[in-house]
Amino acid sequence: MSSERKNGAKAKVKASAGAKSRAKASLKPRIAVFKFASCDGCQLSLLDTEDELLAIAGAVEIAYFPEASRSMMKGPYDIGFVEGSITTHHDAQKIQEVRRECKTLVTLGACATAGGIQALRNWKDVDEFIRVVYASPQFISTLKLSTPIAEHVPVDFELRGCPINKYQLIELIAATLGGRKPNIPTNSVCMECKRKGNVCISVARGIGCLGPVTQAGCGALCPSFDRGCYGCFGPMETPNTASLTDRLRVLGQADDQTMRSFRGFNAWAWQFRRASEECEHK
Amino acid sequence: MSRAARTIRVETLARVEGEGALHINLIGERVADVKLRIYEPPRFFEAFLRGRHFSEVADITARICGICPIAYQMSAIHAVERALGLRIDPAVRMLRRLFYCGEWIESHALHVYMLHAPDFLGYQDAIAMAKDHPEVAQRALRLKKIGNKLVSLMGGREIHPISAAVGGFYKTPRPEQLQELVEELKWAVDASIATVKFTAGLEFPDFEQDYEFVALRHPDEYPFNEGRLVSNRGLDIDAAEYEDTFLELHVKHSNALHSVVRGRGSYLVGPMARFNLNYSTLSPSAKQVAADVKLKPPVRNPFRSIIVRAVELVFACEEALRIIKEYEPPAEPRVEAPNRAGVGQAITEAPRGILYHRYAIDEKGLIVTAKIVPPTSQNQKRIEDDLREYAGRLAAWPLDEATWKCEQAIRNYDPCISCATHFLKLTVERDDEVQK
Repeated sequence: MSSERKNGAKAKVKASAGAKSRAKASLKPRIAVFKFASCDGCQLSLLDTEDELLAIAGAVEIAYFPEASRSMMKGPYDIGFVEGSITTHHDAQKIQEVRRECKTLVTLGACATAGGIQALRNWKDVDEFIRVVYASPQFISTLKLSTPIAEHVPVDFELRGCPINKYQLIELIAATLGGRKPNIPTNSVCMECKRKGNVCISVARGIGCLGPVTQAGCGALCPSFDRGCYGCFGPMETPNTASLTDRLRVLGQADDQTMRSFRGFNAWAWQFRRASEECEHK
Repeated sequence: MSRAARTIRVETLARVEGEGALHINLIGERVADVKLRIYEPPRFFEAFLRGRHFSEVADITARICGICPIAYQMSAIHAVERALGLRIDPAVRMLRRLFYCGEWIESHALHVYMLHAPDFLGYQDAIAMAKDHPEVAQRALRLKKIGNKLVSLMGGREIHPISAAVGGFYKTPRPEQLQELVEELKWAVDASIATVKFTAGLEFPDFEQDYEFVALRHPDEYPFNEGRLVSNRGLDIDAAEYEDTFLELHVKHSNALHSVVRGRGSYLVGPMARFNLNYSTLSPSAKQVAADVKLKPPVRNPFRSIIVRAVELVFACEEALRIIKEYEPPAEPRVEAPNRAGVGQAITEAPRGILYHRYAIDEKGLIVTAKIVPPTSQNQKRIEDDLREYAGRLAAWPLDEATWKCEQAIRNYDPCISCATHFLKLTVERDDEVQK
């Protein structure tokens, strides 16, 4: 017990020393990371920048990032990163506060940008579901829809992906700190396949692939692993989903399968939503 | 001793995955109430899995957790394969172990150094710790990176990798690709041994509990994807018997359910349970370094789980090297998986402990029902039980220090609240759908 006590006291001294060195660094841009309904993977991408993490931490002041630190400083913040979609009344209010606290607000990944996989509830009767599932439904607070951040507050930049690409995140941080526009391409995954020299798996092997309508950013991962793209970066700038649906029919893919393909991690992005509903109602 | 009532309150738990809060009421040295409240919003995975094809389940359930997506992919795929009655190429089986090694390395390195160690050394976070201990930070990041590199090489990316499939992999690595990792992994074995010594030198509260440890056990190997589910109190079951053995309780204060062993109570899953139940199948260096720091089963002090995680790091790096050395690619990356109706269960060892999946599949290959029980919802009651015992000892401490210690006691479990919460979506079995 006595050694524990000593350890605790030591801990306190070091903690206050840390706070002092932080105060000195307070001219650096203050960044904050917020979480809503999500898997934590996009904010983990920040910790997965193993080679750059200490440099990033040196260039900014990480003021609020509960997944990484128990020191949680109050706003305002220069850049707020938001992971996750809005699915509860509480979170719908919280995002308003977050917006007020952040000079620049950036969404990270498919949940924050398109509602995420949990937006599959948007096609179901959630009330009925809760009544069936919970012994005490009055304790369960959830909204009928899972919605992206931009449906609630203005968003300055949306970083795509399920999960985001950590190199795009580094580019985004560097661009924001430098006051320039981030270089994030909005063309399709097909362009990445061409650049990599991949033989088109859809043309050559008849594998269904969402690459033609999906935004680049992953590095054409799935086609490089002999499987069709499943659209985790969401719709490209001007996707021709109807044409792709027709093409998938020619390949022999049933409409219910195409419907499920569009109804994935970016199901509530309107281009994919419309495409999935067209398959469903045919 | 003062009899005053005090409350330890943490509104946002830090350095854990997901959103949780803690309330402890102390009256003198008596702990009147402990509530680990999970307010992470529900995401309804088991519900929207219904009607999806079995080939999509691994990619969808991976999104329950960005920290341990491979665990979700492995439990999902093994459960589906069991439902379909598939037999897997032994080379694929070894590749899956290798894949899991990568996840254990990155997840354990993250938790040991970036989430847990700062508590022992008195820092708010690993970034602050890195300023005073740069060599420790460098080792941490390089170790984490080698785990991520292994996952990326096999799966395309470190978070939500894309190569795992029912029947095998979409694409398997060439032996020469894996060879490129050998030098880094050899360094990682040494760095992990240094990690064990580093963690063993930390100060630990004198706190032991009488746990029921639950983990997979395999006769020949430290468990990842296969084995019977055993405990130190005589449990010895197949995954198919899981739901007959464990019970979930609905508690008011949390968005996640509490698991108990029927007729007994809380239990512990994760590194300490695996180590205590599977010590004999650890790799030679892992056993040696455990002996060097006098870590012997049974470990009953949850604060010492940080050393056990480090020992598992040594194991995962050595096991990866062994698999790479013996690797011969399978004849085909995966076996065909035709649609077939069936029910299958599987348990695999996520970094944080056992992860149970069950799927019922119809003749078109679509999911009829799904059930998923993640490790943190199984540990949740055990965490509260620990706090109930531990918090009373802190009655004389200043409140801020006592609060920090209680947070540390929670972080002993490397809780993943994003995982645990999804569990509050109970499975609803409806006869009309089963018959459809």
